[in-house]
Amino acid sequence: MKLRFVLPLVAFVALVGLLWVGLSLDPRALPSPLIGREAPSFDLPELRDPETRFTSAEMLGKPALFNVWASWCVTCRQEHPMLAELRRVGVPVYGLNYKDTRSDALRFLARFGDPYNAIGFDESGMVGIDWGVYATPETFLMDRHGMIRFKHIGMITPDIIEQKILPLYRQLEMES
Amino acid sequence: MNRHRILATCVLGWSALFLTGPVLAQSGPTAPPSEPMVFATEEQEASYQKLVRELRCTVCQNQNLIESNAPLASDLRRQISVMIKDGAQTDEVVEYMVARYGDFVLFRPPKNATTYLLWYGPGALMVIGLALLGWILWRRRSQVATAPLSVEEQQRLRRLLDDDEKGSS
Repeated sequence: MKLRFVLPLVAFVALVGLLWVGLSLDPRALPSPLIGREAPSFDLPELRDPETRFTSAEMLGKPALFNVWASWCVTCRQEHPMLAELRRVGVPVYGLNYKDTRSDALRFLARFGDPYNAIGFDESGMVGIDWGVYATPETFLMDRHGMIRFKHIGMITPDIIEQKILPLYRQLEMES
Repeated sequence: MNRHRILATCVLGWSALFLTGPVLAQSGPTAPPSEPMVFATEEQEASYQKLVRELRCTVCQNQNLIESNAPLASDLRRQISVMIKDGAQTDEVVEYMVARYGDFVLFRPPKNATTYLLWYGPGALMVIGLALLGWILWRRRSQVATAPLSVEEQQRLRRLLDDDEKGSS
């Protein structure tokens, strides 16, 4: 008889718990299938120097950060100082200028600074598709062999740099 | 009389609502005018049309590729059409998309360890519910069938039967 009253209560509490957990989940966060896989290769014109090419092979040999950005992306603008900070502490920062125009992108860099070692100019967005890009900014961290080890969608914050990117970068530096 | 008329009006009104409902739904949000796609064969056209409805736009996640106005969806539609024109099969295109965006792009996720609950959970819940219902009903029936009358009930029954006999005689 008592069970009849306890059981609905237990079910209700379980449901509340389930919904509570659901509130903290981000339905927009996509787990990237690229983590632990080789970075997709590309061969693109360099944004700042159209005569030269920037190939994915240039990022090999050292752990590297690969940041997908565009001048039309407001969050990229907010994020930009973080990339300069990463470069300052010695992380090689590469860029993919995604579905942008060259003049807009160059104006962006002139105004907010240019922390990139090299930038691929992906006007059509095809390289972005290969990298599974769906929302700029996106940032990848690769080891020296070109394996993608970490991906962050959205703005890099000081917290993410301190807690995720730098510790992993130091660890990747140690790996042979 | 008046009440009948009101009732009839209500019934007519409701049926009209239900009949026009689906039509209204259809004329609601329509797909954006997508880029004209010309295919060599009807099979290619058919697999394109199937794919853009089954693949999810990762930018606006509750829309498929054909419904979405996002620039990425447009790029992906173009990429799918290029692949199909190059002779790619439907599952090759799906593989291409999954390799880049994960199982998330599939509106019908594959059956694997992480999705068993999703695929079989509702069925399992229904089986459990039916089993529970069957058990409760069976228990109730056996209780009713086997419960013997208590001493008081026996006496009351006898009294009632005695009254009846006296009344009829």
